[in-house]
Amino acid sequence: MNEGLLIDIIIGISIASVPLIFAAIGELVVERSGVLNLGVEGMMIVGALLGFVVQFHTGSPFLAVLAALLGGMAIASIFAFLTQFLLTNQVATGLALTLFGLGFSAFVGRGYTEETIQLITSVHIPILSDIPYVGPLLFSYNPLVYLAFFMVYLVWWFLFKTKQGLVLRAIGDNHDAAHAIGHKVIRYRVMAILFGGAMAGIGGAFLSLVQVPIWGEDMTAGRGWIALGLVVFSSWQPFRVIFGAILFGGITILQLHAQGFDIRISAQYLSMLPYLATIIILVSLRMRLKNKTNRTVPNCLGRIFHSTT
Amino acid sequence: MSNIRLRSILKLSLLSAVLAFTSNVFADPVKAAFVYIGPTGDHGWTYAHDQGAKYLKAQMGDDVVVTTVESVEENSDSERVITSLARKNDIIFTTSFGYMNPTLKVAKRYPDVKFEHATGYMLDDNVSVYSARFYEGRHVIGKIAGRMTKTNVIGYIASFPIPEVIRGINAAYLAAKSVNPDIQIKIIWVYTWYDPGKEADAANALVAQGADIIMQHTDSTAPMTVAEETEGVYAFGQASDMGAWGPTSQLTSIIDYWGPYYLSRVQAVKDGTWASSDTFDGIRQGMVKFAPMSSAMPLEVKQEASKAIIDVMTGAVHPFTGPINKQDGSPWLAEGETPPAYPDLLTMDFYVEGIDSKYPN
Repeated sequence: MNEGLLIDIIIGISIASVPLIFAAIGELVVERSGVLNLGVEGMMIVGALLGFVVQFHTGSPFLAVLAALLGGMAIASIFAFLTQFLLTNQVATGLALTLFGLGFSAFVGRGYTEETIQLITSVHIPILSDIPYVGPLLFSYNPLVYLAFFMVYLVWWFLFKTKQGLVLRAIGDNHDAAHAIGHKVIRYRVMAILFGGAMAGIGGAFLSLVQVPIWGEDMTAGRGWIALGLVVFSSWQPFRVIFGAILFGGITILQLHAQGFDIRISAQYLSMLPYLATIIILVSLRMRLKNKTNRTVPNCLGRIFHSTT
Repeated sequence: MSNIRLRSILKLSLLSAVLAFTSNVFADPVKAAFVYIGPTGDHGWTYAHDQGAKYLKAQMGDDVVVTTVESVEENSDSERVITSLARKNDIIFTTSFGYMNPTLKVAKRYPDVKFEHATGYMLDDNVSVYSARFYEGRHVIGKIAGRMTKTNVIGYIASFPIPEVIRGINAAYLAAKSVNPDIQIKIIWVYTWYDPGKEADAANALVAQGADIIMQHTDSTAPMTVAEETEGVYAFGQASDMGAWGPTSQLTSIIDYWGPYYLSRVQAVKDGTWASSDTFDGIRQGMVKFAPMSSAMPLEVKQEASKAIIDVMTGAVHPFTGPINKQDGSPWLAEGETPPAYPDLLTMDFYVEGIDSKYPN
């Protein structure tokens, strides 16, 4: 195996993990606030469509990503309205959101399956990008790749280094207590849900703008669900999202390369691995929870908040 | 209940078919339904079938009512969809290999409805099978690939290890080998018909491993966009002309042309002459066509490709002509021998000798 191939594999893994990082880091904030939004797939696909459509009409990557972000937020706001104000069941509403997103994007995107767009160019930093090995590995990605990693840092900083982050986590753990001491539970949760939508939207747009510059119905192909699994995998810790996304993305890419080299590991076993890891982590979390030593799962996750006062 | 209603409808349409001899006014339109594996906007397999359905509608006009259902997974979902369509339609086209068992099961329960299963091999009194000899197309693009490659590596994105896909790999490899003895084929199974992201990842992996020609047996245009982005890499479109996504990289496309077949089958239902049949047509019958050849191809290559098309059309050359051994070295075809459609072609489950990937299990 030569260095060029190794670099290609690492770049491939980074590209494959970026949509997962975006979607998962958004959902992580949502779940930290105590809300379970299963509509990630739906928000992603709408982001993918809007990103593509705006890129096609304006040719501006900035506007395209902005549109994807707003589109994801718009879809998320439906979820926020239904679950936070009409107090609907979060699981059912989230599933409905996914189905709605898939159907809506397929319908609106009809006319765009024929179209092609210009690829968004990767950055080229003078000197840095030209360093052998290090340049292509670290300094030659699409700007969105750097944004993904930066968002993870930003979320970590927000959750653990700011007062608002502390409040958000408090709401996720005990909304009644947080409400009793005067925190705006609904307001925080709506903001978190909108943030989750924005991130899922960008994640989808990365898919349709950078990974493959086409629009195809259903092109997220289950990545939203993987992102949901990733949040659990990371046990609600932001930096573990990166690790998980690289594991999920890496297994996909390595599995493809392994076939090219005719290394015989059954593809089915490999695709099973990340999910198996998620189950093991879930079980171990549960065991630690029994011993009361673990407080990572937001206690109010998925529970409806209704202020009586 | 609805079965009785369906029978009475069928009796009525039979009556009107009789009346049609004297006057066309009383003829009921034939109700035809199509079940698709992917979205019609995939610009691949499903798109091609949908073009066929549109052709049917355009040709028969008010004499046919066409219903289509997209993105039907090959699990119990497909049986539910086919069943509900069987209650309301005269003829149902199920357009993916994986619909074989559900189609046969539903056909048993609705003996008065005609079923047409694409790419399968199980017939019944009211179940026809039809497929196109795509391997003839793969034979032609294999010849082109063998001439056009500089790295001598063809990358092949394969979906599921079913006979149709295996035939394509073997045909492309043998043809490429015939013009370029150093050719090597790298095969990646993605286990999906349609996942643009994964197809693009697979194309990138193949390019990274030295392939400069990409062939795909999946349905999205994603592999073509990867070829277009990568200098010096060419690709072949699948099922429809994908030139829009690869203006400089598409060499040609194999085009699935189903329209006339659909027209003839639905017309047969209308005329009351439909009978279970086994259709396996290719270039000669016009079921397999090609997109215009790229200007990137030197004249000799174009001529060779055209000759390959004509040879297959006239029957002068069969893409599988012996001597051919199976991958393990055991003999398959003797010198000059060509295989029968059934069982050899329609149930093909082995690589030919020379392909160095291990056969998927």
